Amino acid sequence: MVVKLFGPAFAASSRRVLACLIEKDVEFEIVPLDLLNGEHKKPEFLALQPFGKVPVVQDGSLTLFESRAIVRYYAEKYAAQGTCLLGKTLEERALVEQWLEVEGQNFRPHGDALVYQLFVAPIFNVPQDKALIESSAQKLGEVLDVYEERLSKSKYLAGDFYSLADLSHLPSIEYILSATDKGYLIKNRRHVNAWWEDISSRSAWKKVLAMGGYSGVN
Amino acid sequence: MVVKLLGPAYASCSRRVLACLVEKDIQFEIVHVDLLKGEQKKPEFLALQPFGKVPAVQDGDLTLFESRAIMRYYAEKYAGQGTSLLGKTLEEKALVEQWLEVEGQNFNPHGNALLYQLLYAPLINLPQDKAVIESSAQKLGEVLDVYEERLSKSKYLAGDFYSLADLSHLPFTEYIVNATDKGYLIRNRKHVNAWWEDISSRPAWKKVLAM
Repeated sequence: MVVKLFGPAFAASSRRVLACLIEKDVEFEIVPLDLLNGEHKKPEFLALQPFGKVPVVQDGSLTLFESRAIVRYYAEKYAAQGTCLLGKTLEERALVEQWLEVEGQNFRPHGDALVYQLFVAPIFNVPQDKALIESSAQKLGEVLDVYEERLSKSKYLAGDFYSLADLSHLPSIEYILSATDKGYLIKNRRHVNAWWEDISSRSAWKKVLAMGGYSGVN
Repeated sequence: MVVKLLGPAYASCSRRVLACLVEKDIQFEIVHVDLLKGEQKKPEFLALQPFGKVPAVQDGDLTLFESRAIMRYYAEKYAGQGTSLLGKTLEEKALVEQWLEVEGQNFNPHGNALLYQLLYAPLINLPQDKAVIESSAQKLGEVLDVYEERLSKSKYLAGDFYSLADLSHLPFTEYIVNATDKGYLIRNRKHVNAWWEDISSRPAWKKVLAM
C-alpha cells in the first residue's frame, strides 16, 4: 500500500516528510493541495488535520500529521531499509532527538519568521514587519553560533552519522538561501556551511527539490 | 547510577522531565540552577547546554538537553517499568508523537508567550505587552478548540491511554490555570477541563509540584 501525502510538494513541512520517505525507500504518492485557495481550511481537509496545516499522511487506516512525528514514525518503522536516520543505539537516538528538538524549538521559530516575512508575506500582500525580520535574523544567528561550535567538533548534529536531526533542517535552510537575503547566516559560518553543502547534496534531497518549487501566483 | 537533573525544580521544562522520571520510577537528584542570578548563562552550564536553557540531564557519560528529547529517551529506555508512556504499538507511538509535536509546535509557543508576559516579565521588571497577551490568549484558545473536539472523542490525546503527549502539557497548564487570570481557557472547555482534572491529579504530578 502506497503512503499518501496531502500537501503541496513545495511546502517546507511536506519536504521534510518527502526527504525521509525517499531516504527510507518508502513508496508514496502526493495529493496536491491548493493553499492559495484555502483548500487546507476546508472541512474535508480539517477532518484529517484539525489545525488546517500541511502535510497529512494517510497510510492504510493510519492518518498522521505533524511532519516531525511523521518522519519519526517512518524512520522507526522502516529502520531496516534505506538510510539509517536514528543512530545505532538508544543513546545515539537520544542525541538525534535532542537536535531534532533543537531544530523544532530553537531554529524553527526564527527561520520560519524570516521565510514568512521575506517570502510569504509579499505573495499575500501582507506588510512586512521590519523589526521582526531584524530580530529573527539576530536570534537565528545566535542559534547558528551554537551550531558552528557543535559542527566544528562533530560531522553531523547528533554525531558522525547523518540523521533526522540534520534532515529536519533541509527545507527551512533551502528557503532561507533561495528566497531571502539572509543566506549569509549560513554561508558565513564555515562549519555550518560545510554541513549544509554536505546534507543538501544528498540525492534524496535533490529528488525532493525536483518535485517542484513554488511556481508563483497566477 | 542516579540521573542528575540540572535546573530549578519549579521550571516548566524541568517539571516535564521530572514528571516522566517519577512515572517511570527512575531515581534522580536535582542540582539547582539559579536562573535569576543567570547561572544558566555561565560557562560551566553552557558547557553542558550551549543554548543556556534548563534543564540538562547527566546520566553516566551521557549529557542530554531539550526536555522533550530527555523524556522520549527515558520513556523508551525504561519501557519495561513504571507507567507506559508511548502506547503499545508503533502506530500508537506515532499518535503519541503527533500530539507531542502538537504540544511543542502549536500549544507551547502561545502558552510560552502568555506565561512570559504574565509571570516572567513582572519578575524581571519588564513592561507587559498587552497586545501579545491578547493575541496569545486568542491563539491558544483556537488550539484548545481543537483539543476540545479531540478530547470529546478520546479520553487522552493519543487515544484511550495516558502518554507523553498528555504529560508534556502539565507544566504550562499548571501555571496558566493556577498562576494567571487565563485559567478560563482551560476551565471553560468541558472536555479539556475534565482531561486537565484527570492528568493533574496523577500522583507523579503531585510529587513534582511538591518539589
